[in-house]
Amino acid sequence: MYNIDVKNLNFYYGDFHALKDISMSIGKNSVTAFIGPSGCGKSTFLRLFNRMNDLIPDIKMTGEVNIDGRNIYSKDILVDELRKEVGMVFQKPNPFPKSIFENVAYGLRVNGEKNKKVIEDRVVESLKGAALWEEVKDKLKKSAFELSGGQQQRLCIARALAIAPKIILMDEPASALDPLSTLKIEELIFQLKNDYTIVIVTHNMQQAARVSDKTAFFYLGELIEYDATEKIFTNPSIESTQNYITGRFG
Amino acid sequence: MKKMFRGKKYFIEALWEGLLKISGSVTSIIIILIVLFLFSEGMGLFKKNVIEEGYVIAVNKNNPIKDLTPQQIKDVFDVKIETWKELGADVSGNQIVVLRLDDIPNYFPEEEIAEDMSNLPQIISQILDDNPGMIAFVPKDFTQTNFTGKILDLGNINFKDFFGGKEWFPTAQPAHQFGVIPIVMGTLWVSLGAILIALPFGLAVAIYSAELASKAVHKVLKPIIELLAGIPSVVYGFFGLVVIVPLIQKTFNLDVGETGLAGSIVLAIMALPTIITIAEDALRSTPRAMKEASLALGANKWQTIVKVTIPYSISGITAGVVLGIGRAIGETMAVLMVTGNAAVIPHTLLEPVRTIPATIAAELGEAPKGGAHYEALFVLGCILFVITLLINLTVEYISYRNKNKVA
Amino acid sequence: MDYLKRKKINQASAFWILKIMSVVVVAMLFWILGFILVNGFQVISWDFLTKMPEDGMTKGGIYPAIIGTLCLTVGSMIFAFPIGVLSGIYLNEYAGKGWLVRLIRTMTNNLGSIPSIVFGLFGMSLFVNTMGFGDSIIAGSLTLGLLALPVVIRTTEEALKQIDNSYRLGSLALGATKLQTVVKVVLPMAFPNIITGLILSIGRVSGETAPIMFTAVAYFLPMLPSSIFDQVMALPYHLYVISTSGTDIEASRAMAYGTAFVLIMIVLILNLCANALRRYFSNKVKTN
Repeated sequence: MYNIDVKNLNFYYGDFHALKDISMSIGKNSVTAFIGPSGCGKSTFLRLFNRMNDLIPDIKMTGEVNIDGRNIYSKDILVDELRKEVGMVFQKPNPFPKSIFENVAYGLRVNGEKNKKVIEDRVVESLKGAALWEEVKDKLKKSAFELSGGQQQRLCIARALAIAPKIILMDEPASALDPLSTLKIEELIFQLKNDYTIVIVTHNMQQAARVSDKTAFFYLGELIEYDATEKIFTNPSIESTQNYITGRFG
Repeated sequence: MKKMFRGKKYFIEALWEGLLKISGSVTSIIIILIVLFLFSEGMGLFKKNVIEEGYVIAVNKNNPIKDLTPQQIKDVFDVKIETWKELGADVSGNQIVVLRLDDIPNYFPEEEIAEDMSNLPQIISQILDDNPGMIAFVPKDFTQTNFTGKILDLGNINFKDFFGGKEWFPTAQPAHQFGVIPIVMGTLWVSLGAILIALPFGLAVAIYSAELASKAVHKVLKPIIELLAGIPSVVYGFFGLVVIVPLIQKTFNLDVGETGLAGSIVLAIMALPTIITIAEDALRSTPRAMKEASLALGANKWQTIVKVTIPYSISGITAGVVLGIGRAIGETMAVLMVTGNAAVIPHTLLEPVRTIPATIAAELGEAPKGGAHYEALFVLGCILFVITLLINLTVEYISYRNKNKVA
Repeated sequence: MDYLKRKKINQASAFWILKIMSVVVVAMLFWILGFILVNGFQVISWDFLTKMPEDGMTKGGIYPAIIGTLCLTVGSMIFAFPIGVLSGIYLNEYAGKGWLVRLIRTMTNNLGSIPSIVFGLFGMSLFVNTMGFGDSIIAGSLTLGLLALPVVIRTTEEALKQIDNSYRLGSLALGATKLQTVVKVVLPMAFPNIITGLILSIGRVSGETAPIMFTAVAYFLPMLPSSIFDQVMALPYHLYVISTSGTDIEASRAMAYGTAFVLIMIVLILNLCANALRRYFSNKVKTN
């Protein structure tokens, strides 16, 4: 039983064939890294899992994306509900112009949670889960913009945790952060693995090697190689993967 | 040779830069000139007598009264105030008797008035002496020699009478009534009504256009809004006059359709493009990442608009609304044509009202240059100038703060 | 699940309300335009555009008003265009970021938001009385020019702002002076946007009434102006007069519709011209 199961997926921006016949299965409670040069389609692929691409006009898609055995692109799927199950953390920290507390509570509120106690408990729990609680517990009412970049990104992770997703998608979550903040995020990913299925897109190969169990290499819209991280980084079976990892292009 | 060439080149550059600098400062110079001219013409009003130029108000020499406000003078001569007690003076007989030049024959045989009116001063003196309760409005010339009555020193028109006066009747005799309250109230009522109508519609169109409309719809909507902004105000006024005014008259069963409401509706239509354009720009400036974050948390499009997009762009939206109000307050022709121009303090929007710009436009043509009326209209211009200045500085402050917030 | 349903219904009803309100606004505009264009079109004829008003302005044409508006508009542009464009160049290309520039920019914004009737008062006080021009084309043109100035400045500034800085640096790096860079590189690139902005400002100026009421226009004139010190008739003022205080308001209604038609057509045509130019230039840039 796999958590995410993609079958024969093709994706087009207008005439541009962005993803070419991709099939892939991602297991529960694991960290999977997507790597590849810019424009290879890895981010587009990630955004299919919570239907974020729906917002873009002029797109076309064939194939299936199944999560827990249900095709998330079938008609009876409620996108709001899906996005509750599949949380997302973006490239740049993007907290709302609200207080720290309200940022984390946002997802609960928009999903109909009214009980104050429940919200408070969830916020504290999520901030702890994102290893941010100690740093912000005295200033929950302060604007989220007062936090540093790294803290903001962990706040965005806490925000995603608050609605209790099963899967967390991370789109280059550390690319806008300094090395120290990056390290903290990576530690966090390591902890979160126990409770969540994590898919992370990254440019940073060391990062992929450090945090992920499995790694997928994309190139020009194709899934070139998908295997255990150790295998990909030590003994890739395809030449272009090796070229990329050793820095010969990309 | 080379050096000379460089010198010439440098000279042209310097000349050009000087020319640009002068052009750049033109707007500032114009503003300073506007302030200078407006205020110097306007301030002349407060050096003018309360009483019409060349006339005086005189009473019996035993009358203790010292001072009268323009409002009181008008009420006395309109026989709205009939006793001296109401004016706080103790005069025998108590009853006020008004004397104008035309009334003299009632007190004095007409045949005895000299052909050249040379004996008028004595006659007026005598009538005043005979009637302890009399108040007279007579030319200053007749009180220069052998005058036995008491001439009231009423001083100049002051700020209090102007800004606190409840009546605008610039051609009133003997004292001009320059109370701006009804006009200021009229302006506020009409503008407030306009913004109450324009705000929901403006925001709705802005949100629709920025968040929901497809590219094709947006392509149609935008030029329409631009066109709406470009139509001359006099055309809106004309439309209001021939369509909206009769409509209001019929709907509310009124005697006249020229009302504050008609003004508000026309102004609302005119303020829409300003509000829509600026609010839409503000909504569009919300970063996509912010909206995506909201959607990724399970919020739907509407929740995202209400909870993220609008709060994020609220200062831009406010700026648009404030500018819309500014445009409504300053609008002249359309309002002039549809509000009925009655200078009374409005109680509902279904009465004729008069605004500051409409007053200036309607009356400046009839006000003799340099007279009190003319200057009073310039004071109205000053008020208008200050209001729009404040509004503009508010908007600038809002956008300045906004810039800092994002950075 | 219940909440999901409510969320969905809320969104659907909100979007419907937004849509309906937008439709109302658009319908309103079409009503105004349609009403005036349909009623006005019946009045328009060659005679209407080229004859003098007759019978207390209840019959005849609006020729002198068209000529008057043309004079005033052209006059104001002669004044506002050069100064406005130069000022815009100064603000965007030469001025730094100091307090002086901030002040100038604030002043320009303020000038742009001053109500037109205040310009009327100012023009009357300065040009008509102090400078002694009397009610004349020159006084009206100058007043209208002041009104157009901030629009022209802002248009120019916006157009220049859109030119990427790399072009300026590229030119300077080749040894061109600042003046050469501005004249040969920046201005030609910004030209399309400047010109479309200027066209739109013509539309705005031609429809203004309040600034010319006391500086230039006459209620009725039996002849055309012969010099810039003459009074003129003007379209917007003519419309105001015959619809509110003519000799016989009912009888001159047809003339009023015709005049409003002409005023709207001026704005419409100028808008179309500006859009066409914009498209023409953007195509040209693409093919280059």
